[in-house]
Amino acid sequence: MSFFGLDCVKKKERELQRKLRANDREYNLSFKYATNAIKTSKYNLFTFLPLNLFEQFQRIANAYFLFLLVLQVIPQISSLSWFTTVVPLVLVLVVTAAKDATDDINRHRSDNQVNNRKVQVLIDGKLQSEKWMNVQVGDIIKLENNHFVTADLLLLSSSEPLNLVYIETAELDGETNLKVRQALPVTGDLEDDIAKLADFNGEVRCEPPNNRLDRFTGTLTYAGQKYALDNEKILLRGCTLRNTEWCFGLVLFGGPETKLMQNCGKSTFKRTSVDRLMNVLVLCIFGFLAFMCTILAIGNVFWELNEGSHFTVFLPRQNDNNAAFSAFLTFWSYVIILNTVVPISLYVSVEIIRLGNSFYIDWDRKMYYARSDTPAMARTTTLNEELGQIKYIFSDKTGTLTQNIMIFNKCSINGKTYGDVYDDTGQRLEITERTERVDFSFNPLADPRFVFHDHALVEAVKLENLEVHAFFRLLALCHTVMAEEKKEGELFYQAQSPDEGALVTAARNFGFVFRSRTPDSVTIVEEGEQRSYELLAILDFNNVRKRMSVIVRSPERKLSLYCKGADTIIYERLHQSCSKLMDVTTEHLNEFAGEGLRTLALAYKDLDEEYFSQWKERHHEASTALEDRESKLDQLYEEIEQDLLLLGATAIEDKLQDGVAHTIEQLSKADIKIWVLTGDKQETAENIGYSCNLLREEMNEVFVISGSSPEEVRQELRHARSSMKPDAADSVLLPERTLVKGVKVITDEEVNGEYGLVINGHSLAYALERSIEVEFLRTACMCKAVICCRVTPLQKAQVVELVKKYKQVVTLAIGDGANDVSMIKAAHIGVGISGQEGMQAVLSSDYSFAQFCFLQRLLLVHGRWSYLRMCKFLRYFFYKNFTFTFVHFWYAFFCGFSAQTVYDEWFITLYNLIYTALPVLGMSLFDQDVNDMWSFQHPQLYIPGQLNLFFSKKAFFTCALHSCYSSLMLFFIPYAAMHDTVRDDGKDVADYQSFALLTQTCLLFAVSIQLGLEMSYWTAVNTFFVLGSLAMYFAVTFTMYSNGMFLMLPSAFPFIGTARNSLNQPNVWLTILLTSILCVLPVVTYRFLLIQLCPTINDKVMFKVRQAKATLPPPPRRARIRRTSSRRSGYAFSHAQGYGDLVTSGRFLRRPAMFLSSGFAHTGRTTTGFSPMGRSAGYSPTGRPQNAKVPDVEGTSLQMYRTFTDSAL
Amino acid sequence: MVKQKQETANQPDNTAFTQQRLPAWQPIISAGIVIPGFLIIGLAFIGIGVALFVTSQSIQVLEMDYTGVDKTSPCNRCTDPNVKSCLCQMDFSIDTLFKGPVFFYYGLSNYYQNFRKYGVSIDYNQLFGDLSYFTSPSEKCSPYQYDNNNNPIVPCGAMANSMFSDTFKLFQIVNGTNKEVPLDGKGIAWWTDSNIKYRNPSVTPLQMAFNNTVKPLLWANPAYQLDPADANNNGFINQDFLVWMRRAALPNFRKLYRRITSGDYTQGLPAGNYTLQIAYNYPVLSFGGRKTVVFSNVSWMGGKNDFLGIAYLVIGSMCIIMSIVMLIVYAKFRFSEEE
Repeated sequence: MSFFGLDCVKKKERELQRKLRANDREYNLSFKYATNAIKTSKYNLFTFLPLNLFEQFQRIANAYFLFLLVLQVIPQISSLSWFTTVVPLVLVLVVTAAKDATDDINRHRSDNQVNNRKVQVLIDGKLQSEKWMNVQVGDIIKLENNHFVTADLLLLSSSEPLNLVYIETAELDGETNLKVRQALPVTGDLEDDIAKLADFNGEVRCEPPNNRLDRFTGTLTYAGQKYALDNEKILLRGCTLRNTEWCFGLVLFGGPETKLMQNCGKSTFKRTSVDRLMNVLVLCIFGFLAFMCTILAIGNVFWELNEGSHFTVFLPRQNDNNAAFSAFLTFWSYVIILNTVVPISLYVSVEIIRLGNSFYIDWDRKMYYARSDTPAMARTTTLNEELGQIKYIFSDKTGTLTQNIMIFNKCSINGKTYGDVYDDTGQRLEITERTERVDFSFNPLADPRFVFHDHALVEAVKLENLEVHAFFRLLALCHTVMAEEKKEGELFYQAQSPDEGALVTAARNFGFVFRSRTPDSVTIVEEGEQRSYELLAILDFNNVRKRMSVIVRSPERKLSLYCKGADTIIYERLHQSCSKLMDVTTEHLNEFAGEGLRTLALAYKDLDEEYFSQWKERHHEASTALEDRESKLDQLYEEIEQDLLLLGATAIEDKLQDGVAHTIEQLSKADIKIWVLTGDKQETAENIGYSCNLLREEMNEVFVISGSSPEEVRQELRHARSSMKPDAADSVLLPERTLVKGVKVITDEEVNGEYGLVINGHSLAYALERSIEVEFLRTACMCKAVICCRVTPLQKAQVVELVKKYKQVVTLAIGDGANDVSMIKAAHIGVGISGQEGMQAVLSSDYSFAQFCFLQRLLLVHGRWSYLRMCKFLRYFFYKNFTFTFVHFWYAFFCGFSAQTVYDEWFITLYNLIYTALPVLGMSLFDQDVNDMWSFQHPQLYIPGQLNLFFSKKAFFTCALHSCYSSLMLFFIPYAAMHDTVRDDGKDVADYQSFALLTQTCLLFAVSIQLGLEMSYWTAVNTFFVLGSLAMYFAVTFTMYSNGMFLMLPSAFPFIGTARNSLNQPNVWLTILLTSILCVLPVVTYRFLLIQLCPTINDKVMFKVRQAKATLPPPPRRARIRRTSSRRSGYAFSHAQGYGDLVTSGRFLRRPAMFLSSGFAHTGRTTTGFSPMGRSAGYSPTGRPQNAKVPDVEGTSLQMYRTFTDSAL
Repeated sequence: MVKQKQETANQPDNTAFTQQRLPAWQPIISAGIVIPGFLIIGLAFIGIGVALFVTSQSIQVLEMDYTGVDKTSPCNRCTDPNVKSCLCQMDFSIDTLFKGPVFFYYGLSNYYQNFRKYGVSIDYNQLFGDLSYFTSPSEKCSPYQYDNNNNPIVPCGAMANSMFSDTFKLFQIVNGTNKEVPLDGKGIAWWTDSNIKYRNPSVTPLQMAFNNTVKPLLWANPAYQLDPADANNNGFINQDFLVWMRRAALPNFRKLYRRITSGDYTQGLPAGNYTLQIAYNYPVLSFGGRKTVVFSNVSWMGGKNDFLGIAYLVIGSMCIIMSIVMLIVYAKFRFSEEE
């Protein structure tokens, strides 16, 4: 795209394989690999001017004005002085160049900063500090803890056992949990022995530079041996070294060839629909301009034949009265004069308005999240008005809708629920911040962050209720959580899933503290007494089993099996004796599910020693079987998990972000459709769907699409559609419109009733196939809510693309993680949730803020206003320029089509720049129909934007007609009023200069009053701009027509005296009054009648605001939505398979064990221990505090690498 | 305290501007404003209209075409291009007193003084009295920049060249004898034109400045001899020249020729018979132009123009009608407020 991009394209010949030798710069230099210096800047001091000008003139508007300038220097054609074009053009060029220059200076600065970072490089057998940019392929460098990885490296050795290093890849893929890389043993042996490292002469052959982050292939040849290299041994630029004292690496790719840089710069330039419409309109205007000029040229032919050829006594013609040639010249002359229909300042003004509205977003305190000190940020300043037209929102779930905090909220133990708070009369109370919390101080090991409100449960524990004890014992034993105790009594849990963490933490606080585990034992503290259970087996969780069990032997040698899992699954395996308890618990489970809580059922059974040893043997056999291991194990598990005794159920709240439900409700009132695309499992996703009000119990039906073949999926979709719309189900005929490019647009279909659709990743893959995609889209668009679960990042983007392809709508994608990047980039507008895991989503987004609920303010307030302002601006701008220009057209009929301007040339030059620039800018920066509170009160105000009502081809056409009317008034009223009259002192008033002054004054009054009509929010600034511009006009006019200016430059200011002589005439002012009023009255009448006869939603609300005198009724108190009936299971558990193996294998336990034994001093370790952050351990009470401020990442952040494609001004 | 500041370092400022809460006046097009507004505007316009119309009616205008197209026209014989320095007479009578001051205009029609190339054919520097432009006039004056002998033309350009050259004398016929009506040609041009915009070079005698230059081709006398009667009315500040150089906006125009303000005619032209003696020089027939003379008096609103008065009356009445229509619409159809 950019001119300099060529550099990258014209690479030498394509590199097929990379060869390099460690510590051999000479050898490596022969391949001319890129060094580690990066360059994202576009210009330098000398290339700036030519390159920037070249780029600017690629923009059609600028090129057009250059062309005009060329026309203007041809004397035969030039109908206007050169300065009328040069002044605005230079201004525009300078402003743009200044902006480009500052951008580029920033890029230079960040490039320099990155390039000048220091790193230890092994040169000539010594470690030397070098700048990053001097690092070359084949160098060996030393990295220390918390350092950024300098280039793409082959890991050679590290300080950690087994040559492991821990890295954080947040900047690459957004995941903040630590990843492990391991060096080859052969290089690991080099350790930090400088001499050995300096002698290392391994040769690497590997793939050429590419952008695949997850793959690497290559070989290392060292000491005659060949070793395979894969991604596990590679450290990529952009990662950060964590928990590792030092490591050595061999540079494989540097600078622009690193995978990070290869992944950058692809960000596509997004344009808004208004932009696209504007381009079409500008083309139309060009056509119209040509049309007008042609008419005038033809007029010129006739005039020349009838009049001009005779009017030669006083004006001889040079070109022998050749009418055709004269018409040709006239055509171009009028192109110059009428050029103002394509106003150059339009583009500049549009940019300014967008910039201003972006600043409002940055400045908005109501979108500032105090807890993480994150303000909202408009990272793109060119998309604002699009925010007012969103029809589809694609949202991620985890971290976007939810906080990714799990809270143990309620439970049901032996038929009794705990967790609710009742008042004296037995009425259930709303739990708020002020509700009294349970005091856990009796338990020294309790987690202080755990909050519970129901005292009854603690009482039950203290009363030694057997079931309650068993319940919590189960929670303390049956899990795969790891405990870490750095200081006595300070426990940290690392859980694979936040659900587990929440459960174990709950047990901990209620006095059943999980303390530590070894591969074959679990130590818990039961009410202050430490007990060690022998861990005999973990029957791990997976998606089919939906349950996990542990078999333990208590210190009393009692064998028990503890099981937790989905209610439906557990219920099938219960002993008959529980049937009564089952009924009660089912009721509780339904209640929990109704509240959107995630439920698990808990059960246990005591095992017979003999039976177990026999089972154990078979288990061993099965787990070593070579064939069919899985199914054999499954069978064994199935066998032992029978006749369980129900203990109760847990209810965990997947804590939604603040105000999510309300936001979704508001957005759906604004007729915005919300699709949730999540990588989570169906149950979890569905659960969230209910808890955030996206899916509702009142919905007629929620369809679940889970076909496993294309045909099945198609059938299910068809079925869904036929039940939504029985009459039109089989219609093959699609309700579609065909667009210009042959792409079909599917229009919305009406359905009665509300429906939801849940589709899983597998089915989605089929649904996105070409043959079914339309079917899928039709069905999905008929539903109120769509949830896609288990989708891959790619599928997220595909879904967005699908909607973009068939629906002529504006889409928005919102997400927080690296997996959302694709959809953020694909959607018209991408929003990143900042202050959470990783930066990737934010970096590729157009807008970012900290909380999902800010979305409603972004759209309903900022977006709506931006759209409104932009549309008003465009309508008015076209009006004022068309009106200005059309007057020339009418005058042509009275001046022999000679391309004589009506106005003074200075007026033409300054009209757009000074006289009318600020008022319209003021309007587009300050205008608001109703304030933000009312915008929230009436989300329906958003709908006109989605329907493109405020600016469309029709609106444009209306503008043109309106201008046509105004220009007729502006020309013919002064004409009629002046043509045969004289001044009050008998002198002549119909001279050209007086007429010009009169017309331009009328014009300025007319457009200013029109602006006043458009403006609905008169701030002091606006008023000042409008009145100031009028005052400015008179000031400038009187100055330019003054004696002094004329005496300085007689030929440039020939209008001397006109203002004085003309504006002292009463009939001149009466004409101005008449013209201005006549331009405006029909508009007022029309608008008034329109408001009375068919008011728009805006009119109604504005009227209502006026009625209410801006006193807003307090927003209705939002009661927590409670439902009791439920037809579904509340089971949801975000847990993956295979962790149990790790727990029992012992390998995993190595590091935490080190901390427990005080013998290992962890000197030199600067960070706290191994504490995975992010999704894998982000449950509330023990993980890192959510939404905490992200540590200031020093600037390798991707934003520095992000190359900006030009905004097409 | 400092710590707290740290924690909210990124919090945006709470100002009315950044939070878009600037106090503002929010007018809407409501019945309460529009209907009375229309009524008031309507009444005001009708008032202005009546005043304008009455004033306009009181202004007397006498216009006579003397082009001589008609065979019967007294100036018909002058239309023959072969007739040099032709004089013709137009007789007319005035029934009632033509109230003074009376202004005497000449009018031209179908004359494109507003043609772009005509308009640019002028050298402001030369007319400002800059002698360097006497010897080399601006290129814009072409083809009236140099004559065939390559002598610079001063004043150059099509506009100056085409200066109106007919002259008039007005006589009142009193008892069969012609009594000349004194015509006042002083101060008929704009003050700024004669004092600032146009200047003679500061050379005395003026004629010296015009050495080595030629007069415009169509002119009878060089610029320094435009008014033999008044030495100060010569060169570029000759009032007739200045009037001519103030280019007309439209193809039909009038230019002030003289004022009748002195002698027995301070009160105006009394009823009686008059004769106008025309030195017919200016050729307009070739392009279908017409020449007229116009006698007119003025009022506070300038010359006679019925348009403004009528327009104000029409617009005013329309405003009142519209306000009634809007009132009806408002009473009948205004949208219900319950939505």
